[in-house]
Amino acid sequence: MARIELQDVRKSYAGQEVIHGVSIDIANGEFVVIVGPSGCGKSTLLRMVAGLEEITSGTIRIAERVVNDLEPRARNIAMVFQNYALYPHMTVRDNMAYGLKIAGMSRADIDSRVARAAEMLELEPYLDRKPRALSGGQRQRVAMGRALVREPAAFLLDEPLSNLDAKLRVQMRLQIKDLHQRTGQTTLYVTHDQVEAMTLADRLIVMEKGVAQQIATPYEVYTTPANEFVAGFIGSPAMNIFDVHCEGRELTVPGGHRVAVDACPAQGSIRLGLRPEDIETVPAGQDAFPVLLQSVEWLGADAFGYCVIENSDTPLTLRMPGNAPAARGDRLLISISRSQLHFFSNEDGRRLS
Amino acid sequence: MAARGLSRTLAHFWMILGVIIVAFPIYYVFIASTHSVQTILRPPLPLLPGPEAAQNYGDAFSGGIGRIGGVSLWRLLGNTTLIALGIALGKIAISMASAYAIVFFRFPFRMACFWLIFITLMLPVEVRIQPTYKVMVDLGLIDTYAGLILPLIASATATLLFRQFFMTIPDELLEAARVDGAGPWRFFKDILWPLSLTNVAAIFVIQFIYGWTQYLWPLLVTNSNEMNTIVIALKKMISFADADTPWNLVMVTSVLAILPPILVVVLMQRWFVKGLVETEK
Amino acid sequence: MRRTVFPHKLLPWLLLAPQLAITLIFFYWPAAQAFRQSVLREDPFGLNSAFVGLANFRKVLADPAYLNALQVTVIFSILVAFSALAIALFLAVQAEKIIRGKGFYRTLMIWPYAVAPAIAGMLWLFMFNPSFGTLAWPLRQLGISWNPLLDGSDAMTLVVAAATWKQISYNFLFFVAGLQAIPRSLLEAAAIDGASRRHAFWTVVFPLLAPTTFFLLVVNTVYALFDTFGIIHAVTGGGPGRATETLVYKVYNDGFVNLIIGDSAAQSVILMVIVIALTAFQFRFIERRVHYG
Repeated sequence: MARIELQDVRKSYAGQEVIHGVSIDIANGEFVVIVGPSGCGKSTLLRMVAGLEEITSGTIRIAERVVNDLEPRARNIAMVFQNYALYPHMTVRDNMAYGLKIAGMSRADIDSRVARAAEMLELEPYLDRKPRALSGGQRQRVAMGRALVREPAAFLLDEPLSNLDAKLRVQMRLQIKDLHQRTGQTTLYVTHDQVEAMTLADRLIVMEKGVAQQIATPYEVYTTPANEFVAGFIGSPAMNIFDVHCEGRELTVPGGHRVAVDACPAQGSIRLGLRPEDIETVPAGQDAFPVLLQSVEWLGADAFGYCVIENSDTPLTLRMPGNAPAARGDRLLISISRSQLHFFSNEDGRRLS
Repeated sequence: MAARGLSRTLAHFWMILGVIIVAFPIYYVFIASTHSVQTILRPPLPLLPGPEAAQNYGDAFSGGIGRIGGVSLWRLLGNTTLIALGIALGKIAISMASAYAIVFFRFPFRMACFWLIFITLMLPVEVRIQPTYKVMVDLGLIDTYAGLILPLIASATATLLFRQFFMTIPDELLEAARVDGAGPWRFFKDILWPLSLTNVAAIFVIQFIYGWTQYLWPLLVTNSNEMNTIVIALKKMISFADADTPWNLVMVTSVLAILPPILVVVLMQRWFVKGLVETEK
Repeated sequence: MRRTVFPHKLLPWLLLAPQLAITLIFFYWPAAQAFRQSVLREDPFGLNSAFVGLANFRKVLADPAYLNALQVTVIFSILVAFSALAIALFLAVQAEKIIRGKGFYRTLMIWPYAVAPAIAGMLWLFMFNPSFGTLAWPLRQLGISWNPLLDGSDAMTLVVAAATWKQISYNFLFFVAGLQAIPRSLLEAAAIDGASRRHAFWTVVFPLLAPTTFFLLVVNTVYALFDTFGIIHAVTGGGPGRATETLVYKVYNDGFVNLIIGDSAAQSVILMVIVIALTAFQFRFIERRVHYG
């Protein structure tokens, strides 16, 4: 268990910079998730910490030691890969023991560590099987077991759940969280799934195009996203963001409807963000604006209405209770007076309020 | 797609005919090796094995061949086995090493080296016999095992196959091994080698046969009878104008010249077929 | 194509060294020598050599013996390649129709691959030897004159038969693999469309086998050109009267038996060019079949 420090870490491929200066101090035992869409650089960042990619500039420290030029094995890290990367010709036991064997650990120590990890991950019945005789979820647990037995300074996970089916993913998520609470391991976890990110992380690094857009706790990222990208990425369904015009304390939304607000962070053209779960429908009211319901997705406890603001072509998504009678073609009145309003700059998308 | 009734029966008929044509010459020589010279020289040869098997084979092994060919049967078999094994194992060793270097490392001229090796596919030994012979003379390799083996172990087919196979190893396997602390040697020994065994077996079969059936090369670089392979010796034994040729012993030698590779192919059939079909891609 | 590698810089060279060394010493150096010798003429004592440009090549190409060898080689290759391919394809198609016994037949079909070409030639000579060959005997009984030792076309027939026999198993294996790779759904669709088996074969199966067939055509041609040296040397020695002297055999004969170095080198270079052309053709055409799993 140790701290991980990244100081202005950058990476270039053939003159093209792909990771632009990421810095973060990960505390001992912290669970940090790097989340972002495909191609944002999150895996590259993780692999730089692991030592599988070279660092073009900046410093990475693990347990107070600069590891920039160190081989993966010298960094005292363990990694779980997206495709598990289990050695196909070795049994589960041998897979888990391999790294320890290379490190020269005694047979007795290896056996006890493997036994402990197998118990934690419920792998005992499979110890003598080969990977091809295991299901996806079991293989995933073996991959985690292989990392666990190393008792490393840091635990690195590269999209470990992406290849599992939805139900299994939920189960494994809980298991990972449980494991973290038991072992207290410093963990760096990469995923594109924002649900995984929000539920597992102590802190998030939201990445896009090689830039760390925001580094904060899930709560902060949800309630005060640093820019439009983060706002739209976290939360499902995504936050509604559209152009509005601000004059004094009055907003004009698309379609020409005016709504009063407490304060406008800036005047003129700005962008407003509203979370679907934060929008009320009211029977009538002066600060309400109308929307037309185009389709409804009913999910049992909730329903999501996909609307268009009247007299415009701006879409709006809102959450409704599952027993709401709203139907396609209905005209609803939206009130935002009790919603949390997120304002973003028209020019660079950064948060204004 | 399987056929029904008559079509299928006909298919069996043709296959049996094909098998007969294909297997007959071998069967013939085997039968001939169990008869006396007189029987052989009076056609047609009986279709069933004769009574002289023990006599012929015993005679051949205890010096009969030595009398006609100048070198004992044991020595011939030994030479040929040594050469075939030397070529097969030698080729596997250096081809795996080369393919390993090309796939799992990055260094300047990497691809140039690959092409350098690859182009040799286009130069079978038959197109460079004169100068290669001269090199052998200059290096003092005439009439040596090294001279019989070395020039034949460098061709590119095995390297190609191993390279192709190595490229199917997922990146992540290598990464996991590096994270686990494995260096190049451990990775090869613990992970790559066990996974390559099928390919190694396939190449072994093909190269063993290649080595065993060599003709032009041993013909050129050996002068002494002692260094003959069994194939060359067989040729030397046959002189049709000579009325005294002990044909029964010649037949025995023929059987022994074709039996080992046939056994290897039949016993390792699965790997052999796989290796053939995949090498050529 | 992202590929993780080891960071070592010296080790790969050490791993490549053996193969590179042997390749340089036993391939490139002799090949270069062959090129060099092909443009030189050495005096009979081997003391002087003069640069003669393409004179050796012109001499070789004008030599009636060389043209004879060329003709022999072409006829030989065509006969062997087509016979071996046709028979193998026919048998492979029959094998596909069978459910039980496929493995048994396959085992029996692959024997000839293990037989040295020279021995293949010798075996056929045993069987067809004019004086005691078991299969020559019925020919004599029927009054057909058969003497490969004296008659040129008889000799050619014998070596073609031996060479074809040996190559059938190789082709058979590939055709079987090629046929198995054809999706069953295509044949089923053809059957539903009303095609007879024969029609389906020529319009669906054969075109899909084209890559395999082309590949085998090149391989068979290279085989006929080079690997058959053993057969010819062991059975006919190029005779009677050069009737079975192929290009490769002539290179050997001129270079080693008659010691005409310049000629032999020039012939080697010509052969080299032919091989390179064939191999280049093979890889250009077949390249798209290569895939990494």
